[in-house]
Amino acid sequence: MDSTAQSMTGDRIACRATGVRANAAGACIALLRRDFVLAWRRRGELFLPLLYAVIVTALFPFALGPDPELLARIAGGVLLVIVVLAMLPALESMFRADLDDGTLEQWLLAPQPLALLALTRVIAHWLTTVLPLIIVMPLLGALMNLPVKVLPVLIVTLLLATPLLVLLGAVLSALAAGARRSGILLALMLLPLAVPVVIFAAGAIAGAQSGMPYIAPLTWLAAALVMAIVLAPLACAAALRIAVES
Amino acid sequence: MTTPPAPAAPLLSAHRLAFSRNDEPVFGPLDFSLGSGETVLVEGDNGSGKTTLLRVLAGMLPPGTGEIHFHGEPASRDSRNGRVLWLGHRAGMNEALSARENLGFLAGLYGARGGMTAATAMERVGIAAWIDEPVRTLSAGQKKRAGLARLLLLQGDIWLLDEPYANLDRRGIGLVNALIAEHCASGGGALVTSHGAVRFADPRARHIRLDA
Repeated sequence: MDSTAQSMTGDRIACRATGVRANAAGACIALLRRDFVLAWRRRGELFLPLLYAVIVTALFPFALGPDPELLARIAGGVLLVIVVLAMLPALESMFRADLDDGTLEQWLLAPQPLALLALTRVIAHWLTTVLPLIIVMPLLGALMNLPVKVLPVLIVTLLLATPLLVLLGAVLSALAAGARRSGILLALMLLPLAVPVVIFAAGAIAGAQSGMPYIAPLTWLAAALVMAIVLAPLACAAALRIAVES
Repeated sequence: MTTPPAPAAPLLSAHRLAFSRNDEPVFGPLDFSLGSGETVLVEGDNGSGKTTLLRVLAGMLPPGTGEIHFHGEPASRDSRNGRVLWLGHRAGMNEALSARENLGFLAGLYGARGGMTAATAMERVGIAAWIDEPVRTLSAGQKKRAGLARLLLLQGDIWLLDEPYANLDRRGIGLVNALIAEHCASGGGALVTSHGAVRFADPRARHIRLDA
């Protein structure tokens, strides 16, 4: 009896709300489009990490002296660390603006899974702030005299390691979103989580550089990435709910 | 079916609802319901817990004690989300994007009402000329109106409006009352907070009085 009444109420709502129904795919596309438009409006800010990476890479040969062999030996690890450092500042603001202007409140009440929205935000963030760093990798590799045969391995490593770092960073960013000046906090929290990622990534690059097999560390990275894609958005959603509550 | 249909469950009902922060009671226990076509006005002084009550109902704060039901179902994300529209102190719009872009994004999340677009909603609230300006350039009152345009555009039959009259001029206040009346006439319901300075249009509106 009770369920009949409820289904009738439901039918009446469905009849009245003859508008454009929202579905999860449409919501993700709307969020992606919004984040891309926003990124384009702030393209000057997005350019900074890129500039940082290029400048730091260009300084290394000057600081270490023009020894091509030394540069080639350390190039992979140096570029890896530069990419990690260049992507760190942007992680902090992943949810900050949305919390401050009340958009997150709207996310919470939307008939969409919050974890899915969080994952979409991670994808948009990676595409707009990290992918450009990977695209300029051939240039940075040339500056560091990176052996040509190592470059593809470095790029594949980064394609696996950076989304993993952004997913970890998103959880921490959501946790720290409520705190003022959370930049240092985020860096300190991310460091221990980033270490294993960097170790496996460096393992793959070192393997490629010395002609050893490098598939094993790459598959470890891929496995961790798959796990993070499933778990991190859930943790992120929980953290965002806490951020809105406080 | 031979049995007559049961009376429809209210859009929103609260039973013995109370909230405490650090063991200090903020409000309650309260008993009230919001039926289809009804407006409930939450009155109280500053700090009496009006906003907190609305945030608890919207699921942004966990209720201390008591129960909340949406359409007769216990409050949960599934029973709440997609039915509740929230208008708070913050506009819920990114300052660097235009109202059209913000509304378009939110329509993607919530779904748009039939026959409504961002443009028609902005026209109804009287700021159609600012639809492509960055929200940052809008005045506080215009931002509030953009928030009203969001209520018009998005699907959801329970409106939780926290101080919708703030920052609005006399005509804006009339607009809020007209929008609430239209919403209720089409079967929705609205819970509206006010600190009492504004006279509410609908004389039949029920009142909840919160005391600090």
